[in-house]
Amino acid sequence: MAEQAQAKKYSKPLPHLDEENRPWWEALQRHELYLQKCRDCGDVRYYPRALCTNCMSSQVQWIKCSGRGKVYTFTTTYQNQSPGFRESLPYIMAYVELEEGVKMLTNLVDCPPEQAKIGMPVEVVFEDVTPAVTLVKFRPAR
Amino acid sequence: MSLSRKTAVAGVYEHPTRFAPDKSMFQIMAESVRGALDDAGLTIKDVNGLCTAGIGMSGMGIVGLCDYLNLTPNFVDSTSIGGSSFVAHTAHAAAAIHAGLCDVCVVVYGSTAASSRFAIGTGGERGGAGDPCDQYEIPFGPTTVGAYAMIAQRHMHDYGTTSAQLAEIAVTTRLHASMNPAAKYRDPITLEDVLASRIISSPLHLLDCCIISDGGGALVITSAERACDLKKKPVYVLGAGETVRHAARGQRDFLEIAAAQSGRLAFERAGVAHKDIDMAMIYDSFTITVLATLENLGFCKRGEGGAFVSGGRLRFDGEFPINTDGGGLSSNHPGMRGIFLVIEAAKQLRGECGARQVKDCKIALVHGTGGTLGTRHSGATLILGNQ
Repeated sequence: MAEQAQAKKYSKPLPHLDEENRPWWEALQRHELYLQKCRDCGDVRYYPRALCTNCMSSQVQWIKCSGRGKVYTFTTTYQNQSPGFRESLPYIMAYVELEEGVKMLTNLVDCPPEQAKIGMPVEVVFEDVTPAVTLVKFRPAR
Repeated sequence: MSLSRKTAVAGVYEHPTRFAPDKSMFQIMAESVRGALDDAGLTIKDVNGLCTAGIGMSGMGIVGLCDYLNLTPNFVDSTSIGGSSFVAHTAHAAAAIHAGLCDVCVVVYGSTAASSRFAIGTGGERGGAGDPCDQYEIPFGPTTVGAYAMIAQRHMHDYGTTSAQLAEIAVTTRLHASMNPAAKYRDPITLEDVLASRIISSPLHLLDCCIISDGGGALVITSAERACDLKKKPVYVLGAGETVRHAARGQRDFLEIAAAQSGRLAFERAGVAHKDIDMAMIYDSFTITVLATLENLGFCKRGEGGAFVSGGRLRFDGEFPINTDGGGLSSNHPGMRGIFLVIEAAKQLRGECGARQVKDCKIALVHGTGGTLGTRHSGATLILGNQ
């Protein structure tokens, strides 16, 4: 019941969890950020998926990320008519390039729009939005 | 196997409507088909190929369109890769005709985005939200405009491109719209107007964004041989290319877009060089779309797009005319405007553009972008000529 109440209150779109991506989302619930790396060719990929995006191997290992990266690009959104976002304008959407080399679409938080800069060092923030879903966001590195 | 000059665009029609609350998407499409067939001097009885995209959610909307038009074609293609779909369809139709799969193929599009009050660019969660990739994007509030804005932001950072340079594209496009009686917005604007318009998603202003309209259009494609016997001067398909770009497992250089690959293929297949292009129709969902596309097609070097689009170069009477119909920025954008790019290029090559006619226009390039440059998109390039 408490879960339902919280899920109702959170009105932004939620990801669909399935057997292929569940380990990634479960790690986020523990406030840990992992990436997949191919055991055969070593290629690192984001977002998580069952087969290597370089050699199609099914052999996967999970590597733990430092949670640090830099802003690759960003935009401050002033207009979005969809529920959840229209109440939280403006917000910053960004690609953050992790130290491990991949870019993730995310939000910059604790960052006034005028402070956002490309190349700015950022660190991970885990935002528990429902009991099942924790989102990876970033804030200016402290 | 070269397709060059084997097939031609024999008829075109752009539906004049920009707001049609009294019409269905299907009626707009049927009126467009009738218009393009009239233009070619053919009838619906001659049509045995049909291409379209964007109908309904089932993925098989083309079957319903065949029903509406009472067609039983030998070739159908509803490749749906966003706004570029109809540019790709033109190439697919050319290949199908060349391969003997059909003789006369109609490419058609219709939409009532404006009268249905559909917020194309700022409605948040986009189509295909059940795909694996969407799960890592929809929680963060992606909008179409936002995904393009991130490309603009990076371009500005890397190359010093300015909002004023992007605004030049909007100003030139509006000038062209002022010469197109059917365009939705025809009052000229200035750089200052663009820069003073509100920010939708930084660094893009309202006037950096395409408009929302209703609309539709159709093309008739047939063999070059048959086109020569029809009513209008044939517009030959010289070359085409298509591809997609996406996040590439998180490792993409986002300033490299699909146009780099589709453009290279189209030039190779057409056997023409950049200097041979007399005018171009470049998908202008946003001003940055045009700048990034021109760089990736190779009309200027990467990073030089800001200077390239400045100084009136893109005007109908400039060194490199583009988007002479007024584009998606000012004329019409019902959601997927690729078909209008082909229609205007064909009209330019036929010398039918009146006040906005490009002088001595022999070869035109069309590039459609579908989806968003900042996440996933398709690119389809087409090179057309009148000789």
